[in-house]
Amino acid sequence: MSKGRFGVHGGQYIPETLMNEIINLEKAYEFYKHDPEFNRELDTLLREYAGRPSLLYYAENMTKDLGGAKIYLKREDLNHTGAHKINNVLGQCLLAKKMGKTRVIAETGAGQHGVATATAAALMGLECEIFMGKEDTDRQALNVYRMELLGAKVHAVTTGTMTLKDAVNDAMREWTNRVFDTHYVLGSVMGPHPFPTIVRDYQAVISKEAREQILMLEGKLPAVVMACCGGGSNAAGMFYHFIPDEGVELIGCEAAGRGIHTDQHAATIAKGTLGIFHGMKSYFCQDEYGQIAPVYSISAGLDYPGIGPEHAYLHDIGRAQYVPVTDEEAVAAFEYLARTEGIICAIESAHAVAHAMKIAKDYSKDESMIICLSGRGDKDVAAIARYRGVEIYE
Amino acid sequence: MSRIKHAFDHGKAFIAFLTGGDPTIEKSEEYILKMIDAGADLIEIGVPFSDPIAEGEVIQNANIRALSNGVTTDELFDMVVRLRKKTEVPIVFLLYANSVYKYGYERFCKKCQESGLDGLIIPDLPFEEKGELAPIAAAHGVDIISLIAPTSEDRIKKIAADAAGFIYVVSSMGVTGVRQNITTDLDSMLKAIREASEKPAAIGFGISTPEQAKKMAGIADGAIVGSAIVKIIEKYGENAGDAVYDYVKSMKEAVIEAE
Repeated sequence: MSKGRFGVHGGQYIPETLMNEIINLEKAYEFYKHDPEFNRELDTLLREYAGRPSLLYYAENMTKDLGGAKIYLKREDLNHTGAHKINNVLGQCLLAKKMGKTRVIAETGAGQHGVATATAAALMGLECEIFMGKEDTDRQALNVYRMELLGAKVHAVTTGTMTLKDAVNDAMREWTNRVFDTHYVLGSVMGPHPFPTIVRDYQAVISKEAREQILMLEGKLPAVVMACCGGGSNAAGMFYHFIPDEGVELIGCEAAGRGIHTDQHAATIAKGTLGIFHGMKSYFCQDEYGQIAPVYSISAGLDYPGIGPEHAYLHDIGRAQYVPVTDEEAVAAFEYLARTEGIICAIESAHAVAHAMKIAKDYSKDESMIICLSGRGDKDVAAIARYRGVEIYE
Repeated sequence: MSRIKHAFDHGKAFIAFLTGGDPTIEKSEEYILKMIDAGADLIEIGVPFSDPIAEGEVIQNANIRALSNGVTTDELFDMVVRLRKKTEVPIVFLLYANSVYKYGYERFCKKCQESGLDGLIIPDLPFEEKGELAPIAAAHGVDIISLIAPTSEDRIKKIAADAAGFIYVVSSMGVTGVRQNITTDLDSMLKAIREASEKPAAIGFGISTPEQAKKMAGIADGAIVGSAIVKIIEKYGENAGDAVYDYVKSMKEAVIEAE
C-alpha cells in the first residue's frame, strides 16, 4: 500500500507531472513541521492576524430552549475572513514561501477558501489565482469581488457542473502547467497525500483549543462534538484532538440537499461508494461506471461529491458518524441561531446546528456538546432570502 | 505479451487517439478503421469521463459530447470486439483510474482480454499506485502503459525499468492540447529512458503538424496525436471520415520520414 493511507483510503492518484512536486511538498512539510522558527511564525500569524484562539461560546438560550445537553459553539466564524479556512491557508502560504514559491492557486466553493487564500497571498506578497465554478461565482458574487479587492485573479470555471469539483479540476490542470513557481493551496482534507494530512494538521488547532477550553469550563470532556462536512476540513480540525477520547461522540453533518431519497444531494457517506477521484481513494457520489455525480446543496461549500479519506476511514471503523441534513433543516437552523443567539452563521455550519437541534434533548443537562461554527453567514443572507421567496438587491 | 510491440515492428510508429463515442459509437468505429487504413500503428480510445483532469479543452469537450450521448465503458468494449474482427492493430484505452476501479480491476482486465484490448493508459495512476492494478492486468495480458513527464527527472529510471507495452513520454507541462512549440529537453529524457529500458517510447501532448510529428518521431520511436484528431471530428461531426483519413495519412508519412 502506498503512502498517505487511512485504511484503504487516501493515496496519490495524480498525473506523473505532479509526482515530484507532491514528494517535495511532503518533504518540506515534514521539515517545517519540526522547525521552531516556522512554528513561531505560524503561531504569531494565527494569534495576531487571524485572531486566535477562537472563542468557545456557551449558547445558553439555545441550551435552555432545546432542553438537553449544554451547547457550546466553537466560534471559527470570528476568525479574520470569517471562517476556519484561514487556519489552513496561513500554514500553506507560509510553507509555500519557505519552498520558494511566488504564486499560489486555489479552488473555492462558497468563496471562503478563495477569500482566505487571497488574503494570505496579499499579506505574504504572493501572486494569487482562484478557480471557482461559474454557478458559484453567480451565487457568491460578493466573494468574487472581495477576492479581486485582495488582488487575486478569479477564474469562473464553465466546465462540467460549474461547481466546486470543477473548480478543483481546473486548479489541478493549472498546477500541472506551472508547478515550478506555484503552490496549490488545497482547501480541504482531500486530494493526494500529503494534502489530507497537511490540511488536517493546520486545522487541528480548532480541537486543540476547544479541548482545553471545554476542560476549563466544564471540567470534563464533551459528550459529543459536531461539525458540517463536505470535503471535511472543519470537521477534521474539530475532531482531531478528540479522536483518542473514545467517550466523545464525533458527528459530521453532510448536505442532504433536497433529500437523500432524491438525486439532489451531496451526502457522500450516506449515498456514495468507493472510488478514486481528485487524487484520493475515498467515498464518492458516482454511477455504476464511475462517472462522478452532479451533486447539489444549497450550501456551495458542501456541494462536493466526495469526502476526505480520513473521514471515510473514521466512518469505516465507526469512530465518527456521518448524518445527512437537508437544505430545509439547515435553513431553519440558520434562522433559529440568528433569532435565539443573535449569530448569523454560514449555511454550511447551519447543517451542524440543525443536527444539534435534533439530538440535544437526548443528552442530560450535565453533559455538553460542541458545535463547530465554521463560518459566518453574511455571504448567505441573499441566498437564504431567495430560498424564502424574498427578493433583495445586494 | 500483447500486440503493442508490433506497433513498432515496422519502424517509427504513429499513434492516433480519439474519444470513444464522439460523436457516436458507430462513427468512432468508422473513424478508427479509417485511421488504421491511413497507416495508424496503434489506436488509443479515450473512455469518456465526467472529470478528465489531464485533458485540455478540446478533449474535455469531446468527453462531454460522448457522455451526453450516454456512451458507457461496456459499449466501448463491444466496439473493440467488433474492431477485433477486422484488424490486428493494437488498441488501448486511455481512461481515468475511477473508470477501472469502479468497474472492478479483475472484471475490467478480464473484459479487456476477452475483447482483445491490449493496454490501458491511466493518467491518474502514477508509479506509486499502479501496484494495485498491474499484477491483475498482467495476468490477463493487458499492459499498463507508464507515463513519463518533463518533471519526472530522477523518477525516469524506475518508471522506465518497470514499463509494459510502450512508454508514453509527455512532451510538455500542463494538459493535452495543440501547442505551437514544445520546449522540453526531450533528447535528455529519451536518453535517460533508453538507459533504463528497451521498451519503445512514443511522445505525445501538443503534437499537431507533420513537422512536429517528424521531429518527435526522430527523437523517439513514435508520435502520439489526440487533440488535433478530436478537433477534426469536432469540426466535421458525422462526416469527418475523409478528413480524419487524410490527416492521419499525412502524419504517418511525416513519421516515416523521420527514419
